[in-house]
Amino acid sequence: MPKVLDNLQIGPMNWKMRLETPKLVSKAKAGQFVIIRVNERGERVPMSIAGLDRENGVLTIIYQVVGKTSALMTATPAGGEIADCVGPLGVPTHVENWGTACLVGGGIGIAPIYPIAQAYKEAGNKLITIIGARSKNILFYEEEHKAVADELYVCTDDGSYGHHGFVSDVLKKILDDGVDIGMIMAIGPVPMMRVVVNLTREYKTPTWVSLNPLMVDGTGMCGGCRVSLDGETKFACVDGPDFDGHKVDFDLLTKRLAAYGKQERQAMERFLTDPGCKLAESVKAFKYPD
Amino acid sequence: MVNKLEKKERMKILRQKMPEQPPEERKKNFKEVPFGLTEEQALIEASRCLECKKEPCIAGCPVEVDIPAFIDLILQKDYAAAARKIKETNSLPAICGRVCPQEEQCEMVCITGKSKKGTPVAIGYLERFVADYERENNLVQLPEIAPSSGRKVAVVGSGPAGLTVAGDLIKLGHQVTIFEALHRPGGVLVYGIPEFRLPKSIVQAECDVLADMGVKFNNSMVIGKTDTVDELFEMGYDAIFVGTGAGLPNFMGIPGENLIGIYSSNEYLTRSNLMRAFDFPIYDTPIIRGKNVAVLGGGNTAMDSVRTALRLGADNAYIVYRRSEKEMPARIEEIHHAKQEGVQFHLLTTPIKYFGDDDSKVKAMECLRMELGEPDASGRRRPVPIEGSNFIMEVDLVVVAIGNSSNPLIQQTTPGLEVNKWGNIVANEETMQTSRKGVYAGGDIVTGGATVILAAGAGKIAARAMHKYLMEEVKK
Repeated sequence: MPKVLDNLQIGPMNWKMRLETPKLVSKAKAGQFVIIRVNERGERVPMSIAGLDRENGVLTIIYQVVGKTSALMTATPAGGEIADCVGPLGVPTHVENWGTACLVGGGIGIAPIYPIAQAYKEAGNKLITIIGARSKNILFYEEEHKAVADELYVCTDDGSYGHHGFVSDVLKKILDDGVDIGMIMAIGPVPMMRVVVNLTREYKTPTWVSLNPLMVDGTGMCGGCRVSLDGETKFACVDGPDFDGHKVDFDLLTKRLAAYGKQERQAMERFLTDPGCKLAESVKAFKYPD
Repeated sequence: MVNKLEKKERMKILRQKMPEQPPEERKKNFKEVPFGLTEEQALIEASRCLECKKEPCIAGCPVEVDIPAFIDLILQKDYAAAARKIKETNSLPAICGRVCPQEEQCEMVCITGKSKKGTPVAIGYLERFVADYERENNLVQLPEIAPSSGRKVAVVGSGPAGLTVAGDLIKLGHQVTIFEALHRPGGVLVYGIPEFRLPKSIVQAECDVLADMGVKFNNSMVIGKTDTVDELFEMGYDAIFVGTGAGLPNFMGIPGENLIGIYSSNEYLTRSNLMRAFDFPIYDTPIIRGKNVAVLGGGNTAMDSVRTALRLGADNAYIVYRRSEKEMPARIEEIHHAKQEGVQFHLLTTPIKYFGDDDSKVKAMECLRMELGEPDASGRRRPVPIEGSNFIMEVDLVVVAIGNSSNPLIQQTTPGLEVNKWGNIVANEETMQTSRKGVYAGGDIVTGGATVILAAGAGKIAARAMHKYLMEEVKK
């Protein structure tokens, strides 16, 4: 079972976990994902790769508490174990030298664009990175991105830090300035990715996104992760997770992601109100948006 | 020869009926449906064997179990010895006794069943009886293991093919490691076949025996991703068996198929079986519990899915199949069980479109009636749509059980591995050797969707050929 080296809170509902998975790390490439299972009764949950320490065989994942599984993960102490971590899964992000490339990361999506930033940079691209979050206290990885990007823009929805506004506002300005960008990769909440691709469609700038539908096995066997691209069905686990954003049916993705909303909520509320619940108070404070 | 009965008297004995949970009760639980024969019944059933000279049952079995010999051991009341007799050629009797289509194999050719009004000896029931007896009474003995050969074998996939190869090769003194992509071994035996037809504790017990014999299980390892076939060779494995099973689920490609509430049978069964979603929220994996559930298809997987739907609380569970009952590939016993439990059959019917609500949840499907036309390439009469026969079925859950295509993970990452036009690995029928030296393959990844026993049979053939290869061509 993979050993948890540390598991640190990095925001109100965000955590960073480092796992000892040398085999997986030696094989993983930017843009791939893993599937974890916290314990014997746990579900299988896909997680983006937020960092690969190849020297020490350590995988970093950054996760947000959104339900029972992620809440349980926060309770795994350094030195503890999780039941499984399988991968690397999916097709690695396509990397080439486009001259100038742009990465857009929103919210928890700031994490998976980090290994991609390193890969884009290594391929010789001039790299423009835009990261954004609702508020300053949710931001993370600014230093990491600063170290890789040629230009880094930081924004917050509420203006508490950096540019006041959305990542798409910054991207629009860059595109309006006539910067010749060969490839944009955007990862973040579905509404953010949708806004970004709607914007770049007007500029005819190639834009890829990394999709995060629900999965079970992650190897093509179940077909639960179906996404639709210009009417054609693809399995995100083996055909993706990266797809041409201009073709993605985001409406379908949004709805499929909510397929188990009721059950997830039921499981979480049952878990949090259990008298034996040993979660930290900060996690117990979790509330579903109304 | 312990059966003192005259042949005529043996012919008069009726085939024993296996006691089972009554339909009304069992459709509300996931416990196994048949209870197994009692000892008394097993003795009566065994005495029906005519001990005919031709022994056609042996040839009728894909792995050539010495059926008359094990039946004779039952009559001697040495049930554990009977189980061991079966295990000489079939490592998985408790499983095969439950899920083999005996009516198309050993029992189809049984002489007892050939006479007027005759019914064949219930070989499958007897197989299950002795295997359960041996396991439940802790009489399982580890087979003798040959001295170490110094050769290493990797088995990719832990379904019936892989488990058979592992069992056979470890006995011959080779070091065997199984690589399984999921977190628990057993392949289709654990993710696909439901608990009520094959209890998971039985699969685990079979895997435990292999582990006791020295087989190493490496779960959560996706060959083709975590390591490739070539990397397994670099790691020192001398031969590799690929038994990765049927891979990607087929969908029909009709409008609305990605609505919420339309599952592949693989996903539906995996959620319920492997992930135990039927026990949500004790287990964390959710599943959609439909009230009006349509399962598309006529195979065993379709029957497993529709009976699962009943157990998850469906008011109406339908089989929707485009041909007639005669063409259904499912075992007669499974169709019978489904009918007993109240499954409704919509035959000669095919969906052409789905409708969803505002949340994109499926709420209805439009269907067409079919009629049977001329026979197609498979020899079965081709279903032809009847124009203007469109009608609407209200459904809130649909399970698509129309087969699988091959999973490409191994093929894509193994240069020189020949595949056919469907993407299935090409293997020599007599050795299961692939186009790559030292790489063997068997089961659904070679044949496309088939049965547990055919996969186990392919594993047998492969193990024999791999042993020869390891001893003659791998120098140590």
